[in-house]
Amino acid sequence: MTDIRDDSPAPAEERITTEGPVYTVTGGDWDTLIDAEHEDRIVINMGPQHPSTHGVLRLVLELEGETVQQARSVIGYLHTGIEKNCEYRTWTQGVTFVTRMDYLAPIFNETAYCLGVEKLLGVEAPRRAQVARVLLMELTRIGSHLVCLATGGMELGALTGMTAGFREREEVLHLLEFLTGLRMNHAYVRPGGLAQDFPDGWAEKVTDFVKVMRSRLPDYDKLLTGQPIWRQRLENVGYLPLDGCLALGATGPILRSAGLPWDQRKVEPYCGYEEYDFEVPVATEADCYARYRLRVAEMHESLKIIEQAVAKMEPGPVMVADRKIAWPAQLTVGADGMGNSLEHVRKIMGQSMESLIHHFKLVTEGFAVPAGQVYSAVESPRGELGYHLVSDGGTRPLRVHVREPSFVNLQTMPAMSEGGMVADVIAAVASIDPVMGGVDR
Amino acid sequence: MTDSGERKTTDGRPAGPADDTPGTGGTSKESAERTGGPHSSAQESGADAAETGMVPGSGGEVEQTTDQAGVTPEGGTRTAPAARDRQGMFGVSGSGDTSGFGGLRLPGYAPAPAERPYGGWFDEFADDFAEALLERGIPRGAVEQVTVDRGEITFYVQREHIVEMCRTLRDDPALRFELCSSVSGVDYGADVDRRLHVVYHLLSMTFRRRIRLEVVLDVDDAHVPSVVEVYPTADWHERETWDMFGVIFDGHPALTRILMPDDWEGHPQRKDYPLGGIPVEYKGAEIPPPDERRAYS
Repeated sequence: MTDIRDDSPAPAEERITTEGPVYTVTGGDWDTLIDAEHEDRIVINMGPQHPSTHGVLRLVLELEGETVQQARSVIGYLHTGIEKNCEYRTWTQGVTFVTRMDYLAPIFNETAYCLGVEKLLGVEAPRRAQVARVLLMELTRIGSHLVCLATGGMELGALTGMTAGFREREEVLHLLEFLTGLRMNHAYVRPGGLAQDFPDGWAEKVTDFVKVMRSRLPDYDKLLTGQPIWRQRLENVGYLPLDGCLALGATGPILRSAGLPWDQRKVEPYCGYEEYDFEVPVATEADCYARYRLRVAEMHESLKIIEQAVAKMEPGPVMVADRKIAWPAQLTVGADGMGNSLEHVRKIMGQSMESLIHHFKLVTEGFAVPAGQVYSAVESPRGELGYHLVSDGGTRPLRVHVREPSFVNLQTMPAMSEGGMVADVIAAVASIDPVMGGVDR
Repeated sequence: MTDSGERKTTDGRPAGPADDTPGTGGTSKESAERTGGPHSSAQESGADAAETGMVPGSGGEVEQTTDQAGVTPEGGTRTAPAARDRQGMFGVSGSGDTSGFGGLRLPGYAPAPAERPYGGWFDEFADDFAEALLERGIPRGAVEQVTVDRGEITFYVQREHIVEMCRTLRDDPALRFELCSSVSGVDYGADVDRRLHVVYHLLSMTFRRRIRLEVVLDVDDAHVPSVVEVYPTADWHERETWDMFGVIFDGHPALTRILMPDDWEGHPQRKDYPLGGIPVEYKGAEIPPPDERRAYS
């Protein structure tokens, strides 16, 4: 054991392998590594447990001095087999699984999945459900972008950015909890519509939220946008031009930072997005700073959409009328935050055996979806979120494949960071904003 | 009728023998009725042409429709991409399914070939596509079937031509599919001929069009040329498809596992791979499959 009083730090542990010596550096002992005789090129393993890799992402960096010669990312540490699990559950239960993929944007997963199932079924959710989906998606987009700023700021050492970002995100989560019953993993959007309608007083809460965010979002400009250190860390860092984006499949803010205003909400509108008045922010610098600015601008646009959605909400059903698809449940949230309306249970139990059987069959067995396959894509905070759903005509999916924007965008990390400084890798990864729950699924 | 002779013409690819599943022309339900249990197993041997020949009209129907299609094969011996019998419903065990409704296996999804006109931009696109393929010397038979379903167009293509076809789709000024959204696999189940499908979703940002390419594979010969050289984004998609379905993408720069650990055995998203019940290294513990965890009876 090393003497604590000794001024020299603990030496890094050395192990000789066929590939050369391997050092386990834990901090404070870099001098050992520098002093040790080694070739110019060292390979550094970073993560998967590292505070700056944006989740359980492992980076393998080949360095010459401080310059990254090669960067590779290793993923799979959060793989939970969600796609496989979906094949063993009903189409409705699938919502509960997919919402857990990109856990910062759960409503997008739910909506994209449900739009796919609805396309397979040949039904369309009622208007009130569509508007509510838009409202929830834009709320989620704000929350997701705030986390991106917060964690990105933390990774770059801007800890005030983190506390501010998470504070505002808390507002989003409070509102989502009020509207859907849960902060995350809502399972609120269902094939055919929504699980239930918004609770009373939702409009005031949403309007208040917009007011609060309108007053707080400009703080980010004061805190980060013009701040010299923030700019120096991000400007001209993580450069990826348009051709690189297209070749590597990058979508979302990465693609828009390279000058292409590609946004699913505009080019292939779903849920009635064509009715809303909003801009798609675009930049041409194609660097981390442009992506940061786009995310801030997108939050302002989302607020605009939320306001319009509040105005568009008209009374009406939130589930398709087809009783072969719509669950008969009339849910009320009990004191424990969950539950079913007891009155409704009494009604079902009392009125007829057939409706009880129907209820039971629909919930346990699920509804049959005609055979076929569809691809439905939405614009998630990270880019094109696509669901490839295959049905063989049964009550459970034959295949659920998710085109996760985090997964695809993470491929751009080497292109953004090779040839740059090792510190810029962190900025590049933060600007990609991968959510490992989505990457690994 | 057509089956016996034309199957031989397509034997350039190893998957050829299992190529013809009767009942292509029909809906999935019809095909299932026609495809008796013995059919599917007989076709795996690839020998029993007489038996498949007994199915009336299926081959001819396809031929007719695909000829009209323009980009479809001369031979027209396509092939339900998937077909299976309906079987079992209750009291099924050993499947890891705890839903209480585990046993029902429906007939496989066998998409019907589309007939002209496809509607919308599909016709114009199919013409442009056929022309571009001709220009580049890709045989007409490279597209085995065209299916239009729920407003989406699917081209079932021969694997030999997938790379050149993608290059054509990307580079031809009338097509311009700049972005490969996704490459993934689908396993239609153990008792289906050519059960593995590799699905490519392409997006043309110029024309705002999406198409789907599908390559149908025999599970014993699951090789597809890699499209990474055309669409670099396919790199991770193909690694995932290899990882999950065991499809080997020939020519991929580094086809290694991506989501599962490097030393994992098997391909988890195949239909014959169980859900749960895999021994895990956790203090010697082994997690039983969900249906064996506890008994409520």
